[in-house]
Amino acid sequence: MTEVSHMHLDGPRGKKPKKRLSPTNIMIYSTLFVVAAYYLLPLYVMVATSLKGMPEVRLGNIFSPPVDVTFDPWVKAWAEACTGINCEGLSRGFWNSVRITVPSVIASIAIASVNGYALANWRFKGADVFFTILIFGAFIPYQVMIYPMVILLRELGLYGSLWGLVLVHSVFGMPILTLLFRNYFTSLPEELFKAARVDGAGFWRIYLQIMLPMSLPIFVVAMILQVTGIWNDFLFGVIFTKPEFYPMTVQLNNIVNAVQGVKEYNVNMAATLLTGLVPLTIYFISGKLFVRGIAAGAVKG
Amino acid sequence: MDQIVDPSISIKHLDLSFGVVNVLKDLNLDVAKGEFLVLLGSSGCGKSTLLNCIAGLLDITDGQIHIGGRNVTWAEPAERGIGMVFQSYALYPQMTVEGNLTFGLRNARVPKEHIREKVAKAAKTLQIEPLLKRKPAALSGGQRQRVAIGRALVRDVDVFLFDEPLSNLDAKLRADLRVEIKQLHQTLGNTMIYVTHDQIEAMTLADRIAIMRGGKILQLDSPNEIYNRPSCKYVAEFIGSPTMNFFEGTVSGRTFACPQGAFSIDGYPSQGDIAPGSAWLGIRPEHIATGPDAADMPIRLTCDVELVEPLGSDTLVRVTAHCQQLWVRMDGQAQALPGSQLAIGFQPSLINLFDKTTEARL
Amino acid sequence: MSLANSGQGTARRPNKLLRNLPAKIASIPMVLTALVVFVGCTLWTIYHSFTGSRLLPAPEKWVGLDQYERLWGTRRWLVSIENLALYGAGSLIFSLVIGFTLAALLDRKIRGEAVFRTIFLYPFALSFIVTGLAWQWILNPDFGLQSVVQGWGWAGFEFNPLNDRNTVMYGVLIAGLWQGTGFIMIVLLAGLRGIDEDIWKATRIEGIPAWKTYIVVIIPMMRATFVTVLVLIASGIIKVYDLIVAQTSGGPGIASEVPAKYVIERMFQSQNLGQGFAASTMMLLSVLIVLIPWAYLEFGGKKKHD
Repeated sequence: MTEVSHMHLDGPRGKKPKKRLSPTNIMIYSTLFVVAAYYLLPLYVMVATSLKGMPEVRLGNIFSPPVDVTFDPWVKAWAEACTGINCEGLSRGFWNSVRITVPSVIASIAIASVNGYALANWRFKGADVFFTILIFGAFIPYQVMIYPMVILLRELGLYGSLWGLVLVHSVFGMPILTLLFRNYFTSLPEELFKAARVDGAGFWRIYLQIMLPMSLPIFVVAMILQVTGIWNDFLFGVIFTKPEFYPMTVQLNNIVNAVQGVKEYNVNMAATLLTGLVPLTIYFISGKLFVRGIAAGAVKG
Repeated sequence: MDQIVDPSISIKHLDLSFGVVNVLKDLNLDVAKGEFLVLLGSSGCGKSTLLNCIAGLLDITDGQIHIGGRNVTWAEPAERGIGMVFQSYALYPQMTVEGNLTFGLRNARVPKEHIREKVAKAAKTLQIEPLLKRKPAALSGGQRQRVAIGRALVRDVDVFLFDEPLSNLDAKLRADLRVEIKQLHQTLGNTMIYVTHDQIEAMTLADRIAIMRGGKILQLDSPNEIYNRPSCKYVAEFIGSPTMNFFEGTVSGRTFACPQGAFSIDGYPSQGDIAPGSAWLGIRPEHIATGPDAADMPIRLTCDVELVEPLGSDTLVRVTAHCQQLWVRMDGQAQALPGSQLAIGFQPSLINLFDKTTEARL
Repeated sequence: MSLANSGQGTARRPNKLLRNLPAKIASIPMVLTALVVFVGCTLWTIYHSFTGSRLLPAPEKWVGLDQYERLWGTRRWLVSIENLALYGAGSLIFSLVIGFTLAALLDRKIRGEAVFRTIFLYPFALSFIVTGLAWQWILNPDFGLQSVVQGWGWAGFEFNPLNDRNTVMYGVLIAGLWQGTGFIMIVLLAGLRGIDEDIWKATRIEGIPAWKTYIVVIIPMMRATFVTVLVLIASGIIKVYDLIVAQTSGGPGIASEVPAKYVIERMFQSQNLGQGFAASTMMLLSVLIVLIPWAYLEFGGKKKHD
């Protein structure tokens, strides 16, 4: 090996000096900051408006921060806002949404995970046909199926009830969830499944004792997907339930877009934020898993 | 080692660290014009990283890189006068072979006539003329790698960098293409740096091999030298298959004493007097004589045959001598039965001695 | 276990239907959903779109294509289609361009990538109702953007898209893009990250500038991702309903009506079922026009590659 003394390194050496403010960097970051501002603006405006009193709102600058911070609009939105003659505030819609979301999420995930497991590991003749119909069915606009669904639910005596809505959510959540679980279980090493079968374990035993413990992340992903999706649903809520069971989104729309009465923009914004709070919280907490969930939902398998 | 005059590539005190992790440490390396240098090591030793630094694809932390007498430490990859071939071929899938070969030139606004000439020449050299209008997806692995080499070829550069170019190919194809690369080097006479973890590729292709470990070059020598006189125990173990046999013992004067006996090391080509102390004695399986031949050897042992692996061309035999397992390479037609006894012996001139603690050659 | 033992001696061939029974039981919900809802309900709707139904249950009379003729003679429907086309073209172009630009910028090994990603994606967690109401407020002519800019001294500044029948769909588009572009960006970013690192190295060795690499090499390599994104955007466009309900209620007048809203209103408000069925069948048809070529490309055309 040649010996070069440290003294003799003339000219450029080490890291290439990078200009912090190269034209490329300026362009990249300024674009990103401008777009980020556009994305954050509505959230800021909502928060600012919801913390102002009505006189301040009427001054007319939605971008100005609240001078007199007040939480009255939030209280009013939660407990006093009116839809028609009912003035219980959004709290009723909130609890309705909870009562809809929790059983829907549990039911749809339970059904779809077992189903995906059956498709991945216990293939039977014809299963793929139904699965293909299921996946293509996901692209059919809901409007095409919604009226016969109403008739079906009416025949079952479930129309207008919470359970009817839970059933609808489970049905329409099935394509994406089954796909999600099927792909996940297919990606697990098949030897594991074979070894368990050789050991004499059956369908349910393998599912409960081998697959379930290995699939926690995918269950979390599915939960995020479903909670957000069902919480944000409007169409099914308005069609398949009675006003007393209306979920939060429907009630919010009824409050804000009410024709009669003086518009209280600050209360409206507080109500809007309240409705968005649940999915936003899930989003900010789950971070990467949320991204994984929607990406898994999007980029086929 | 001779000083290389007017090196094609010269790396001086190269450091590379990612945060607190030092990947390459004060690395110095000179590559002569027209030399075929192989960077060899197991994964994570820094060989590909070093290649990427030379190519300018990684920013180094300290030190300098000179190519063709020019300090290119801060130069863009395209300005360094290099061509590079990747393990994954990295062909542009939606362009034809011709498109792949000419993309860089067209981008650099090289005159059309000139491009056509170069492509024709490269295609002829690599025998890919019939493939020019095809897309990479329609090519076999070997053809793809040839196109990738062609892409480096048309760049008219003095230095070729290969990053494990044959690792994605099956064994037969790998052997064929290895020969072709060697042929190519002989025809073109370019400087080539070739990264691999395959010792056969290294031994067959290289003018010199640099064996790397932990971001450092352990030994930089001709294949012969590395095989015959490994500078440390790691290199000795890394090269050769089956790997070198080792006895653990102590050296004192002209004798190596171990549980298997006291061996005279008269004739061991040491640099000077060997200081007494604990040491490893290494002997390659193919340097062990058996049967009647063993009787003439200065060092002799009697072993029990444990396992026989006939390979056709030769036979690998695993034996034990006083609880020490040894691999012996015998003739292909040799008869050895598990459970039988086998006399073995070897010459002190063929052994390797390494210090017990530093593992450096004695 | 005891059952299995007792069965050993007889060696009877198990009933074909009973084989793999638990898996079949577990698949009943899927089979029912596929057959009853996706196939059954769809066919039911298509069938009834050829009847004179106004209110069910009622004696159905076969009327052939009457409902469709009436549908295409209805101004409200024509406006809906026009709006959907405008919204569709706008959201397709802008979400692709903006989504890809953002993805490419984030792919340039920048600082704070996670922060930017989080900001661009958070609207996607919000419902269309929340999105629509938020933008309704921002675009409010008396207190929103327009009045703020006017307050800054541009007294003549006019930006009141939601109350102008010519521009109302652009107002909706702004909100829709705000909600959905982040998602498109994430999918495209995942596609960009899936590109072999060596391709980038090869172009750097050849001295191809980054922007040219994106256009000439990377984008063509991401064909599959783009097709997926296209299908995603398209299926989102056809479903647009809540956003309109919340942001404009279809107004001013009928200027921002969309097909999905038309269907729901015909079915559940004006009790004009046959029209609802015909309109929803038209929606299905338009989905098929997108879906069938895609399915053909995706599953029919290239069996060889992955």
